[in-house]
Amino acid sequence: MTPASQLDATFTALADPTRRAILARLALGEASVTELAQPFAMSQPAISKHLKMLERAGLISRGRDAQRRPCRLEAQPLAEANDWLERYRQLWEANFQRLDALLDEMKAQAKAVTDKNQGKNQGE
Amino acid sequence: MTTTADLTVTTPSDREILMTRLFDAPRELVFEAMYRPELLKRWLNGPPGWSLAQCEVDLTIGGAFRHVWRGPEGAEMGMGGIFREIVRPERIVRTELFDQDWTGGEALATLVLTERAGKTELALTVLYASQAARDGALQSGMKDGVAASYDQLDTLFAAQQAA
Repeated sequence: MTPASQLDATFTALADPTRRAILARLALGEASVTELAQPFAMSQPAISKHLKMLERAGLISRGRDAQRRPCRLEAQPLAEANDWLERYRQLWEANFQRLDALLDEMKAQAKAVTDKNQGKNQGE
Repeated sequence: MTTTADLTVTTPSDREILMTRLFDAPRELVFEAMYRPELLKRWLNGPPGWSLAQCEVDLTIGGAFRHVWRGPEGAEMGMGGIFREIVRPERIVRTELFDQDWTGGEALATLVLTERAGKTELALTVLYASQAARDGALQSGMKDGVAASYDQLDTLFAAQQAA
């Protein structure tokens, strides 16, 4: 998968609350389909469908043990998705820090006008 | 000195990006800073090395806005749209489309300002035409900028270590 389509697959997989809950559970350690299905009011086939999607997105892998096929979390694609969000956040945070400074200036100006209108002479 | 509240970025659905952040100012002032061109030019500069060079805003329903950012070596990035909803000083809904259209169609941006005890929470939701468009938005426009900002960080860390 290209980085872009990997990211698409990751975000698609993360868009569903059941799949997010499954990932949260797997963050604690590997689990079988039966164990994963337990907390949800869902059939095993329904859970299996979610697991297939998570597996295709590379977010989980399944063990070879034919009986149990335990699922485990694959951390790398999640870390990459998180990385993109973090970069986006940093870009906007830089904008917003400039906005903080501007708002401080605007507040000071508004206060100066109010003080002047009230004829007060407030030395700080 | 203003205490900056952390900006959070989340993806509430597969077509949306939501940003929330707290500002230490009444919302009338934050609202003004969101649409007056002379104020926008002071903060909405984008990645390091870029600045908001051109900014026209007609804040009326059906009115247009247009922003053009200028970057290194004369690079330009333009974006514009139409205002759909305006509730002063709490809400602006507008369409957004980049000239290069790397988001595969128009996006819809909803800005909500909520005031609490003299501080203002900003919530900006952008709804993209598709999931691919949303993911593209998360990735584009910042490849160069991110590299530049990492360089600045490196310089800063180097300076701190030398001090």
